[in-house]
Amino acid sequence: MAELNIAERQAGDVTVLDMSGKITIGEGSVALRTAIRRLLEESKKRILLNLAGVGYIDSSGIGELVSSYTAINKDGGQLKLLNLTQKLQDLLTITKLLTVFDVYESEVEALNSFK
Amino acid sequence: MTVETTELSLPSRIETVAVAAAAVAEFVSRARISEDAAFGIDMAVREAVTNAVLHGNKKDESKFVDITLKSLPDAVEISVHDQGPGFNPSDVPDPTAEENILKTSGRGIFFMRSFMDEVDWLIRPQGGTTVRMLKRR
Repeated sequence: MAELNIAERQAGDVTVLDMSGKITIGEGSVALRTAIRRLLEESKKRILLNLAGVGYIDSSGIGELVSSYTAINKDGGQLKLLNLTQKLQDLLTITKLLTVFDVYESEVEALNSFK
Repeated sequence: MTVETTELSLPSRIETVAVAAAAVAEFVSRARISEDAAFGIDMAVREAVTNAVLHGNKKDESKFVDITLKSLPDAVEISVHDQGPGFNPSDVPDPTAEENILKTSGRGIFFMRSFMDEVDWLIRPQGGTTVRMLKRR
């Protein structure tokens, strides 16, 4: 089983990536980077990462989230986060990234925020 | 309580991080510490081993990362040794400073310090760097 599984679905013009597993150095971080690059190549620039199934992330994974955020912003798009686990929320809090990312607990609210 | 010690010597490749984390998870489960402390140790070990592989040994697979795990009466102590030239931890920028928040790297040492009770580095005269981390029970 892959370290990080990513399932893509479309909700209007927002692409939702349902992620489960670990975003850690190596396979997990690379899988996230590859998925984001592909979406940008397909001009899918409104992206919601559903992180409900991501139980673990390391500094490399956090770096990849930041890299995704800046790449999407630079391309005129938006990246938002949905359903952070408590651990991930804690990590984003201590790194002060919770103030950078737009974070939601409800998918409906998250999707509406793109409008 | 007797001191339990486990030693590992692993090649300098990215996959070593997961191997070390699995060994530490097994060690920690025997050390009977809280779930929160175990999470912190796992996080810190992954970051320390990542640094040893990438920055210390620069992914040179002829160089090894040596890990020592000690279950002490009042704490768990973990040492990670690489064969690199060493560095000055105080030269590492604060990743939470406003100008660094959006950097894509540089949070490993911050996590190690955040999750462990003590973290210090020893540059060995015979070569290599050891980071020693302590988590109290």
